[in-house]
Amino acid sequence: MRGISIGFPGVKALSAVDFRLFPGEVHALMGENGAGKSTLIKTLTGVHTHNTGEIRLDGAQVSFTGPGQAQEAGIATVYQEVNLCANLSVAENILLGREPRRFGRIDGKATRARAAELLARIGLAIDPGSTLGSHPIAVQQLVAIARALTVDARVLVLDEPTSSLDAEEVAELFRILRVLRDDGVAILFVSHFLDQVYEISDRMTVLRNGRLVGEWRTEELDRMALVSAMIGRELGALAEVERRGERHSPGADVVLRAEGVGRAGAIAPFDLDLHAGEVVGLAGLLGSGRTELARLLFGADRADTGRLVVGGTPVRVRGPRSLIARGVAFSSEDRKADGLVADLTIRDNLVLALQAARGWARPIPRRTADALVAEFIGKLDIRPADPDAVIGTLSGGNQQKVLLARWLVTRPKVLILDEPTRGIDVGAKAQIQKVVADLAADGMAVVFISAELEEVVRVSDRVVVLRDRRVVGELRGGEVTVDAVMTRIAAHPEPTAVAG
Amino acid sequence: MTAMAPTRIPRRFLPVVATFAVFVLTFGAGSVRYEGFASGQVVANLFIDNAHLIVLAVGMTFVILTGGIDLSVGSVLALSTMIAAATLQAGWPVWLSVLAVLASGSTLGLLMGLVIHHFQVQPFIVTLAGMFLARGLCFLISVESVSIKDPAFRAAATDTIGLGGGVVITYAVVVALLVLVAGAYVLHLTRFGRTVYAVGGSESSARLMGLATGRAKVGVYVVSGFCSALGGLLFGLYMLSGYGLHAVGMELDVIAAVVIGGTLLAGGVGYVAGSLVGVLVLGTVQTLISFEGTLSSWWTKIVIGVLLLAFIALQRLIVRRGPGT
Repeated sequence: MRGISIGFPGVKALSAVDFRLFPGEVHALMGENGAGKSTLIKTLTGVHTHNTGEIRLDGAQVSFTGPGQAQEAGIATVYQEVNLCANLSVAENILLGREPRRFGRIDGKATRARAAELLARIGLAIDPGSTLGSHPIAVQQLVAIARALTVDARVLVLDEPTSSLDAEEVAELFRILRVLRDDGVAILFVSHFLDQVYEISDRMTVLRNGRLVGEWRTEELDRMALVSAMIGRELGALAEVERRGERHSPGADVVLRAEGVGRAGAIAPFDLDLHAGEVVGLAGLLGSGRTELARLLFGADRADTGRLVVGGTPVRVRGPRSLIARGVAFSSEDRKADGLVADLTIRDNLVLALQAARGWARPIPRRTADALVAEFIGKLDIRPADPDAVIGTLSGGNQQKVLLARWLVTRPKVLILDEPTRGIDVGAKAQIQKVVADLAADGMAVVFISAELEEVVRVSDRVVVLRDRRVVGELRGGEVTVDAVMTRIAAHPEPTAVAG
Repeated sequence: MTAMAPTRIPRRFLPVVATFAVFVLTFGAGSVRYEGFASGQVVANLFIDNAHLIVLAVGMTFVILTGGIDLSVGSVLALSTMIAAATLQAGWPVWLSVLAVLASGSTLGLLMGLVIHHFQVQPFIVTLAGMFLARGLCFLISVESVSIKDPAFRAAATDTIGLGGGVVITYAVVVALLVLVAGAYVLHLTRFGRTVYAVGGSESSARLMGLATGRAKVGVYVVSGFCSALGGLLFGLYMLSGYGLHAVGMELDVIAAVVIGGTLLAGGVGYVAGSLVGVLVLGTVQTLISFEGTLSSWWTKIVIGVLLLAFIALQRLIVRRGPGT
């Protein structure tokens, strides 16, 4: 790709970016949120069309008017959010649009057989006839990769493919990628996990603010240099949080207490006290019950046993509203599905939450709203810093910040953050971690959930460890280290194969 | 997941099975209560009286599977009876008249589909406009009821096929069942059909998968338009007249039948076979009430309303438990 530019109304997403991909090589595309990675990928895969510049495939200029054309040309894509149809079977999802046909009709038997073959190639033991929606997200992601294999792909684009996979599945994915690379496929890999990028990639391209920063061979670029190139400044913000060595010992007042709260099939009964001014991390592998625990605390799911006590009084949980009314806020891991209203502006989204808290009868003066919005845009460094920008046009990290701001405007006493940094880059991660630390310093109780242990350890004063849908330990103060958490998680060997 | 007992009915078939159970129950109740209810001819009459509804329901199933809705079907059906009656009265040969009806229905569907897809307007609004347009066009042709006197057409209406045991069906039933089979074939064994399901499941995903989503979205309205026109011909055979006030509100009966048949209004889940059973349930309720004799025929509407609510509640329950196998 040479000199690609693309513009959205109001936002210039990419300007004159050159990018090249070689066969038999894994190329990592790096950049902060809003750097233009997703836009570049969508241009390459025919979702967006470019205003200027050209795309050459094997030397021949190509121009795609839709994803179908790009796939015909041998460019297969696996997107960050699983883009498959949950209502159809696994086999159909793999082969939709490319089913084997006999006399014009789809050959169901051959479809399932071919799908089984592809699933076997990536080592996924599931029934091709089963409904996709019945499988966990991680399995669906692998199915998406199996789909990408159906096209005789010369270019395979993976946009954050590992954000919902556990370590074992990532290893499996990388094994598959290496096989494909050795077959001469050009692989474009986007991930925010630096370890993974260094493990798999041969070459890197860094974008920042829609511009090309540079292209390096992976071994020529060390981590510090890469991160500096991505965020365009030294790692000050990150280091600041990192230095936060001393951990708060919990204050006297318990804001939220869970007594024997549990739900069959979701999580075994647990006790948990949240104190004002502390950050409690929830650590555990994918499927260990982190989200389930958080949803019970928020009343999103009904507990079978136990009770919640907020500020000293027991709460009859009738749904999230019971807890929102008492100052508990929950930011979900799936920001696409529940959380933001993508068609509204930043201002509208923030005001929505505030209005809900005030009741419909008391309108919010425009000036108050503007002041609030400006405050949070500044505080969280939301980009673009335009209150009238539509959420849907923002990058993932900035959407996450707006979601966070939406809860913060209601000034909650307890803030539950489920994977607030998933799929966003180092710089934005550091900012969110810093915001969390500041909020706790102001006296808020924060529950922080993340799949990244380092992050949980860095942010939390106390870490609750989960395994197999059960609370298995708690670490506080000086005990909180990655090693200690890992030891707790691994105290008994995990049964292997999450998929199945 | 795979360890689940294989004898259990897959959850996605549950609504259809439930509908079928309701059909058997209502029919059984009728058989116990009324003499002569449990006869082959009563069943055959269900098909004869509702052949047009079956055809409309097949078209509507396509549309609802994509997550859309087609409110124009009743009016297009009326318009079709009108075009058929008027052209036959003007002395057109039957084949040409039929062709004109089918072409105009499909064209209306195509137009609505194009507007929905290219201007990204809600199907509700576009087909509402189509509904008024088609209804208005009826009265442009004639404000009076126009009877159909063409002998060939009349013969096709009254001729019957014996199924043995004195049970007879009309040609309209044969046409309706053929449409049903064709609909099932297209939905399950062609790329167009599978794309329809994919669009209903997640349109953006389907687009990113490189499927021809636009073609599918426009296509379903053409299918529905064609089915409405064909349904109009069958209704014309049944009534032997064209009239602008035929089938007022029938689009809602069709939607009810499709939903009772287990098709999810949000799209992506459903079967034409379910829609057939949905139509049969509606027909059975109607028959029951006519057997009762003293009940007002409006009881049909009340029962359908209750059934509709019950089935939507059932669907919600199934969806909330997650789309399992």
